[in-house]
Amino acid sequence: MNIIFQTWPWYVSGFLIGMIMLSLIYFGKAFGMSSNLRSLCSMAGAGKYVSFFNFDWKSQRWNLVVVLGAMLGGFVAVHFMSDPSNIDINPKTIAQLAQLGIDAPNGKLMPDALFGPQIWQSPKSILILLIGGILIGFGTRYAGGCTSGHAISGLSNLQLPSLKAVIGFFIGGLIMAHFLLPLIF
Amino acid sequence: MNVLKYLLVGFVFGIVLTKSEAVSWYRIYEMFQFQSFHMYGIIAVAIATGVIGIQIIKRNNIKDIKGQPIEIEDKEKGSTRYWIGGIFFGLGWALVGSCPGPIFILLGAGFWSVLIVFFGALLGTFIYGLFKNKLPH
Repeated sequence: MNIIFQTWPWYVSGFLIGMIMLSLIYFGKAFGMSSNLRSLCSMAGAGKYVSFFNFDWKSQRWNLVVVLGAMLGGFVAVHFMSDPSNIDINPKTIAQLAQLGIDAPNGKLMPDALFGPQIWQSPKSILILLIGGILIGFGTRYAGGCTSGHAISGLSNLQLPSLKAVIGFFIGGLIMAHFLLPLIF
Repeated sequence: MNVLKYLLVGFVFGIVLTKSEAVSWYRIYEMFQFQSFHMYGIIAVAIATGVIGIQIIKRNNIKDIKGQPIEIEDKEKGSTRYWIGGIFFGLGWALVGSCPGPIFILLGAGFWSVLIVFFGALLGTFIYGLFKNKLPH
């Protein structure tokens, strides 16, 4: 039973993620999470103003069901399958974060400094999360996919465009993690 | 059953990403600091599984669940959109520690502050749609 509550090893998790992508291919679909953001914009009526959102989002309903399942899975995993030993990150990382004033995990998935309840009183904190979200939404649609669509699906199918996108992901991520985060915190 | 299989795939996806901690801001930060193999291992094994699976599908002409031939669309050729879009996404990924899948998963788990990220992601998607024709692709 312990196995369920501990952090799942990378080789088990990676294999399962690969199988999830293959299952969707077997169902005649494709694995990609960020396109749901476009469907949601269309559902909200964005197609009336911007033609990019004027598409048949109903053909993408299956993917929204995948999202719903993922949300349920997240709920079950966090509330019934967690353990204080989780998020056992490198002590060096913890020390580095302490210098930035970011709290250690201690079993938490996310730092309170960025996601704790106090952020609702801080315009700066709200702005950080909002800008992060905008970068994610804009960047994934511009690049035509995210970690699931390009890194997993695209690279699995040996797509050169996906390799460019994934290298881009890492250039952006490294700039943020090494140069911008220390300026922000 | 038609809908149920998608719900089930999503459910497993949500559990795996949470239990592997790929939804954790800390794991993403640690990855970009090169201080753990964990995330690289997950991505590498997922891709290896995918490459092998897709090769098996292609070489054996395996049919999908409805008996249709499986055709996996190639990504559009090009460079600019992948480099620039990729860099934008990477900046956001490392800042808030989640890609689109985990945004939904964390919302389902009840992390309400992620609502701001979610709203931002919708806004970012909308901004792209607005300027799509003016952007180099």
